[in-house]
Amino acid sequence: MAIEIEKPSSVRLSKVAISKTHGEDSPYFAGWKAYDENPYDEIHNQSGVIQMGLAENQVSFDLLEKYLEEHHEVSSWGKGAPGFRENALFQDYHGLKSFRQAMANFMEQIRGGKAKFDPDRIVLTAGATAANELLTFILADPGDALLVPTPYYPGFDRDLRWRTGVKIVPIHCNSSNNFQITPEALEAAYQSAESMDLKVRGILITNPSNPLGSTIQSSVLNDILDFAAHKNIHLVSDEIYSGSTFSPSEFVSIAEILRNRNYKDAERVHIVYSLSKDLGLPGFRVGTIYSYNDDVVTTARRMSSFTLISSQTQHLLACMLSNHEFTQNYIKTNRERLNKRYDMIIQGLKKAGIECLKGNAGLFCWMNLSPLLNEPTRQGELELWNIILNQVKLNISPGSSCHCSEPGWFRVCFANMSEQTLRVALQRIHKFMEQRKVCSVNQ
Amino acid sequence: MVAISKIATGNGHGEDSPYFDGWKAYETNPFHPIDRPDGVIQMGLAENQLCFNFIKKWVMEHPEASLCSAEGVNKFEETALFQDYHGMPEFREAVAKFMGKVRGDRVKFDPDRIVMSGGATGAHEMVAFCLADPGEAFLVPTPYYPGFDRDLRWRTGVELVPVVCESSNNFKITRAALEAAYEKAKEANLRVKGLLITNPSNPLGTILDRDTLKGIVKFINEKNIHLIGDEIYAATVFMEPEFVSISEIIEEVECNRDLIHIVYSLSKDMGFPGFRVGIVYSYNDAVVSCARKMSSFGLVSSQTQHLIATMLSDDDFVDSFIVESKEQLFKRHKYFTLSLSQVGIGSLKSNAGLFIWMDLRKLLKEKTFDAEMDLWRVIINEVKLNVSPGSSFHCDEPGWFRVCFANMDDNTMEVALLRITTFMHKHNEAMVPRKLCRRASLKLSLSRRRDDFMSQNMMSPHSPIPQSPLVRART
Repeated sequence: MAIEIEKPSSVRLSKVAISKTHGEDSPYFAGWKAYDENPYDEIHNQSGVIQMGLAENQVSFDLLEKYLEEHHEVSSWGKGAPGFRENALFQDYHGLKSFRQAMANFMEQIRGGKAKFDPDRIVLTAGATAANELLTFILADPGDALLVPTPYYPGFDRDLRWRTGVKIVPIHCNSSNNFQITPEALEAAYQSAESMDLKVRGILITNPSNPLGSTIQSSVLNDILDFAAHKNIHLVSDEIYSGSTFSPSEFVSIAEILRNRNYKDAERVHIVYSLSKDLGLPGFRVGTIYSYNDDVVTTARRMSSFTLISSQTQHLLACMLSNHEFTQNYIKTNRERLNKRYDMIIQGLKKAGIECLKGNAGLFCWMNLSPLLNEPTRQGELELWNIILNQVKLNISPGSSCHCSEPGWFRVCFANMSEQTLRVALQRIHKFMEQRKVCSVNQ
Repeated sequence: MVAISKIATGNGHGEDSPYFDGWKAYETNPFHPIDRPDGVIQMGLAENQLCFNFIKKWVMEHPEASLCSAEGVNKFEETALFQDYHGMPEFREAVAKFMGKVRGDRVKFDPDRIVMSGGATGAHEMVAFCLADPGEAFLVPTPYYPGFDRDLRWRTGVELVPVVCESSNNFKITRAALEAAYEKAKEANLRVKGLLITNPSNPLGTILDRDTLKGIVKFINEKNIHLIGDEIYAATVFMEPEFVSISEIIEEVECNRDLIHIVYSLSKDMGFPGFRVGIVYSYNDAVVSCARKMSSFGLVSSQTQHLIATMLSDDDFVDSFIVESKEQLFKRHKYFTLSLSQVGIGSLKSNAGLFIWMDLRKLLKEKTFDAEMDLWRVIINEVKLNVSPGSSFHCDEPGWFRVCFANMDDNTMEVALLRITTFMHKHNEAMVPRKLCRRASLKLSLSRRRDDFMSQNMMSPHSPIPQSPLVRART
């Protein structure tokens, strides 16, 4: 007998599912759509949209490919694949010891040996996306708050808040001091949270900063850690761009700050790392949490069951990153190339009359277009952004999508394309600026 | 001391269950044929290790499937950059095709409904996040996989309400049991959002028959709740009757498809738990869309997507693999259960999975879970086998144990059987003490019991060991 089904109002999904906290309605993603519909191609689509909104590192793939070509038997499962079975079965959430060891070494090398990392404190997750969410689940209860300096990576709105129910309270930074985080701004954010009856559980900083493209100074790191200790809250340092600083001496990790104070206050500090930016491997989903807090390590490890790194990938990277000669050379060369790219874009923008925040790291620059705004508002910024997207055909990220409190700033990525494409992009910007000058002269 | 969250300090991680205690015993003293011949044999881990040679041969013959080889490295860059949460189209197509083949091509799966997750573990959590709010509930038939307590509840705040199934009817999921569970939830003020079934069943190793499945679909439609079908053991059905998937039933009966979701993985069917290939397949567009966004938290490594896409689009390989795997599982299962029955150990009649649901009720000194734990400790510490006690699967009756048989080679299987045999012989001898003669009330004669044990042709699924006060006396 067929059951009579009056079409019911479809059974409701969860509140999390219905909410918009996934953040995809932001202009950050709208630009990507425009790109997807009309992507630039050097040969086949020279008038397409150039993607400058995606912080990928494509400048050093040849180094990785060379490694693979010279070591392919080591990194696949060896001759006759004797290791295949063992690798395919390995699902231990502790992660491959050799891989954790290799990651610890790599992180040390990036910091020029100024900090040491214990492989047993490394917890593996499928990408920094998962790492940030996981830490949030561990450090805060639903309804609690994390303080995050603005401008910040738009993905945090989803990663820190969506399924966790935790809130973000911004620490407002502005251009008057190059967007540095000040003790006053920290305190103001804390007070702001309190006034909304939100319990602050931690601070999340990104160092080097996305979208600013600059490192946080030692003195500021000390201030932040002091603040966290004073309020008895956690400090998460997202250091996924640490290998992308243009000069090794300019990056100071929170790990060094801790070492300098003999690890006092270490139990509140947690570092997020990933190979998506420094090694250019976002597809492989390699994220890590490094915590100085034993309970956090244990819990994070258990939670990582939901988001383990493929053992196949752990194996490949364990081989690659344990090759000291390879990693030394990679880190050095990658830095040099990013530096070169950065110089190229800064010079190009300067010639077009555009200033950027002085940067020293990352895969992007923080461009100041506030002089071009019709009105110094978010609306004005979005209007300008639309013009750049649809007329100049460049997808860049508006500062408002990064919660920047000052309108007119844009994040522009430069490492996810060939030099030739970057030149084309700069030509378009130049032309655009020239046309605007002509227009304003004629008015 | 800086505090961490309630989720972090609670024990929702579930590791205090005996399910994991046995693993600890194993880890401190793992069996190795040469280095540790007296170590604990792991029979608590549902892994499929029977077809690796078959798979390895393919891997060696197809270097292009690896990004590390000379043949594959030209795909390295584009693969390494690919982080689109839609997943590689070739990957989704290959997985959809595989899922169809595993179901005898009786249904087709749409690659655009395939969403990735961090293994089935990640898939279950993700589905719970999509379908239920904290404090709402899913119904789950017992006995069920212990990991569900963590996967569905820990970070989601969702509750689980058991649908109690009983050995008296081979743990069938009856309408009455479903209704009882639904009522129980209502009484506890829990709003039920869905029913989660595992088919083929872990730990039972059985499949749901067509009528039961239809009844389940009818039930969820009437109550307007979701149905999640965990079909991660679909390709391990090694014997008749043939597997029937939820995806087939909804073609046969009226059903609101927005309620139907399947969890899949390659961890069991292919034996690749390390590769973390989890899949959520939903017939509900809103769920696909939401799950896809959530999959950012647990995407499958593109390196692995590439390998799997290449492997599973090889039709010849897939067709032979499915056949080979069934054959190996069938052989191993038959040998194991036959050997067990010869020493008087029965198990639930099963035709799927990587384990059997062993019936040791007659070995319990009393029908309690404490007695089950006592017996379990004996098995771990004396017989040196890690098996999983039924209580950790929320079985409502003590005395059942899940015993995995596909995660070891033939030699280790022999050692395990020898240990079981020795234990049973010792046990059976101990069952015949001189005291027996003084017990005038005993109905069974000594010699007849002995014959029962020693019989070589015992095929009964039930243990021939009679319920005897002597069992109590021994332990």
